[in-house]
Amino acid sequence: MSFDQFIQGAMTITLNHYLVLSGLLFTIGVMGIFLNRRNVIIMLMSIELILLSVNLNFVAFSNSLNDISGQIFTLFILTVAAAESAIGLAILVVYFRNRGSIKIDDISVMHG
Amino acid sequence: MILAETMLFYLFATIIVVGALGVITGRNPVHSVLFLILCFLNGAGLFLLLKAELLAMTLIIVYVGAVAVLFLFVVMMLDVNFSELHTQMAKYKPFGILAGAIVTLELALVGLLWGGPEGQKIHFETLPKGSTEATLTNTQLIGTVLYTDYFLIFQLAGMILLLAMIGAIVLTLRRREEGSRRRQNIQEQMARTPADTLTLHKIESGKGVKL
Repeated sequence: MSFDQFIQGAMTITLNHYLVLSGLLFTIGVMGIFLNRRNVIIMLMSIELILLSVNLNFVAFSNSLNDISGQIFTLFILTVAAAESAIGLAILVVYFRNRGSIKIDDISVMHG
Repeated sequence: MILAETMLFYLFATIIVVGALGVITGRNPVHSVLFLILCFLNGAGLFLLLKAELLAMTLIIVYVGAVAVLFLFVVMMLDVNFSELHTQMAKYKPFGILAGAIVTLELALVGLLWGGPEGQKIHFETLPKGSTEATLTNTQLIGTVLYTDYFLIFQLAGMILLLAMIGAIVLTLRRREEGSRRRQNIQEQMARTPADTLTLHKIESGKGVKL
């Protein structure tokens, strides 16, 4: 592939550009879950990042295939993500009230 | 025109990746939440480039306006020593890099072996007469399809939101113990009778009262 072709490919935004971007975001989100094993709040934020990358994928395909279904599914993913973070944060608040810390290592105490 | 779109894509993409890295490596969770908001705003920009206007606005209202602010509330409400949590990060670094490498490898494999999108386009019978998907705006099209073809799933999404609301309220509801704060108990007040609370004493003169 010549340099001109490379520039040409980089300048016209196609579906592949969006797929690579959403793959990057997904990987960063997964790494965030592993890196912040101690901090549940940042783990929840990493899950939000992963869901954002999935949404981006859905919308990119919806645009590329000219099919509205992808955007409908994105709407449902948004709903579930909002519900999930509300419940997750509520559990976190209750856990902090009971134990005075949010260290994830201490949670295994619950199974005795 | 195409050049402007390309420039905007690369701008949004760069900021979104930098913001995501900021979220997972932030020392202070408040900074992480702010980076998350940056990610969502740029994601909304990408949605606009993909001609999904309704979803872009929903992303800003729901995520930035509700979810991110909820995160911010919780981070500021919990009095946690976050720098102590951050010291252990080096211990988990190999696992994080390993997981990231595996996911990257898998995605690259899928990307190389995948031939491109194929399949049959869903044909919606419910579009208004005389209009095609090209003549409707994005919001009109989503509304036409969402309230007809996807009506049951739409109702289920509402149930999930109701469940989340009730769940969050029930989890965080806390009854205060007696004595920590005086509260008005109307039933108790109404049920009081003079017989319960008043006693009469005959006091002899010159003896005084022993309290």
